[in-house]
Amino acid sequence: MGPLVPDIIGNELNYVVALIIGIAFGFILEQAGFSTSKKLVGLFYGYDFTVLRVFFTAGVTGMIGVIALGHFGLLDLNLIYVNPTFLWSAIIGGFIMGLGFVIGGFCPGTSFCAAAIGKTDAMVFIIGLVIGVFLFAEGYPALESIYKAENWGYVRIFETLNLSQGVFAFLLTLVAILAFWAVTYIEKRVNKETILKPVPVYVTLSVIAIIIGFSTVFMPDRRENLLAKVEKAEVLKSNEIEYITPDELTLRLVRNDNTLQIIDFRKKEDIDSVTLPNSFPMKIEEMFDKDSKKILSKRSKDNIFVCYDGSIAKKAALLGRELGYKNIVVLEGGFNLFKDEILNFKNFGFNGQNTDDTHRFRAEASVILNKKIAEAGKNKGDAGTKKSKRIIGGC
Amino acid sequence: MNETKYMNPYLAGFLLGLLLIITIFITGRGLGASGAVKSVVVASVNSLAPEHANTQKFYAEYNSEHQGEPLKNWLVFELVGVVIGAFISGLISDRLSLKFEHSPKIRNTTRFVAAILGGILFGFGSQLGRGCTSGAALSGMAVLSYGGIITMMAIFGGAYLFAYFFRKLWI
Repeated sequence: MGPLVPDIIGNELNYVVALIIGIAFGFILEQAGFSTSKKLVGLFYGYDFTVLRVFFTAGVTGMIGVIALGHFGLLDLNLIYVNPTFLWSAIIGGFIMGLGFVIGGFCPGTSFCAAAIGKTDAMVFIIGLVIGVFLFAEGYPALESIYKAENWGYVRIFETLNLSQGVFAFLLTLVAILAFWAVTYIEKRVNKETILKPVPVYVTLSVIAIIIGFSTVFMPDRRENLLAKVEKAEVLKSNEIEYITPDELTLRLVRNDNTLQIIDFRKKEDIDSVTLPNSFPMKIEEMFDKDSKKILSKRSKDNIFVCYDGSIAKKAALLGRELGYKNIVVLEGGFNLFKDEILNFKNFGFNGQNTDDTHRFRAEASVILNKKIAEAGKNKGDAGTKKSKRIIGGC
Repeated sequence: MNETKYMNPYLAGFLLGLLLIITIFITGRGLGASGAVKSVVVASVNSLAPEHANTQKFYAEYNSEHQGEPLKNWLVFELVGVVIGAFISGLISDRLSLKFEHSPKIRNTTRFVAAILGGILFGFGSQLGRGCTSGAALSGMAVLSYGGIITMMAIFGGAYLFAYFFRKLWI
């Protein structure tokens, strides 16, 4: 379902959404006290940890929310923007920003908040930002090699640590809560407060947060979860799958039956060399995508799943059932059997006489079908290769 | 002091987290700020020195990604919203006033120089690090991006590392 952009919300409307989200963002930041540099740098000197509390709470809340949406299949995690990892620029850029933070007292977002309520020092900081970006732009040719070094792609942190997403999220939640208690203690010491007893409300909230954080362990990404399930369930449920024999498929193809479409799970190069009529190439992992949904959820179409020997198609059919698609039929014996029995049919010199009906049918159908396949190969390419791409975000 | 109270930080954080979830659910991307500054810089260079914008790689790449309309960018609209939202918040909480804020122990000029220098560093660093506290650190954390979290640790780690040397600016 999500993200709603660009299919449900168009790109123009998205700018209106941006404005509204921005208003909420600015309002919350200002209400939290992020419009004064004194409060922002407090965490680096131990007298005010507001930034850490707001920031960490927001990050953990966002993380758990995204995991939950992914688990319940409401958000396609493969389409959302994941900041790409370029190791050196991430580290060096981060350090420079940290230096800018303690010297200037703001970060970009907060400086705009502060400027909005009349802080002139924040306006000066913004002028600095503009100069800084300009300097980077001018120096880009020299900086490009660092900027683009160590490109790791869209890596997610739990992958590098060999943890599951849920376990990492739970650990991060624990770290956040520990940090909250620790900084509260430090803050009270630095500000020379005498009462160091914990506040009961925060004890309760911490417990609730730990429980919610722990629940993420049982929220694997829907996609990974289903793929694993299909692997396991293959044998158990295989009797629930509908099959079509090569002869039956051939008959329907020869009759130009337009109530069927072939979903081809073979490798691209093999599909390119023999393209079945009215077929769509697909990979098992792609069945979660919006593009596949458009194909698979067409009304009154039988989806004939084809792979080499039927084993991938069987998994795909199970996955398709899990994803709620109907009318899935697997080609028995896969493309290999289809090829042997029909496409490469050899008549062994019977010349159509004294042979049984099956032989005569196959002999004739083979000729017609091979023509159709040649046509399908030629017409290929207008099937539309448009793919939903990962959204580009970031600064 | 007659200071208007700020929101409870955990509540503010929770609301900010919800906003982040809504943003990612609707748009597929997170929040940001520094990217909007970049758009403004590119737009300015485009109009002031179009020759230069064509030949310099940074502007040329950005313009080709934005079909020559650098200001028509999600983050620009979002940041305009931030200014409006913060203004409304300041209005409601009675915090609107022109004020050059700094520690009483330093002079205006010191704060001026520090603010502009800090801005320069942050602006530069945000371009190198592909995002600032909002775009890389906060949004990166929500989607568990490795790069985003590394940048976050470098920002806060760096700030702690350098904090001692600039303590006179603040305490």
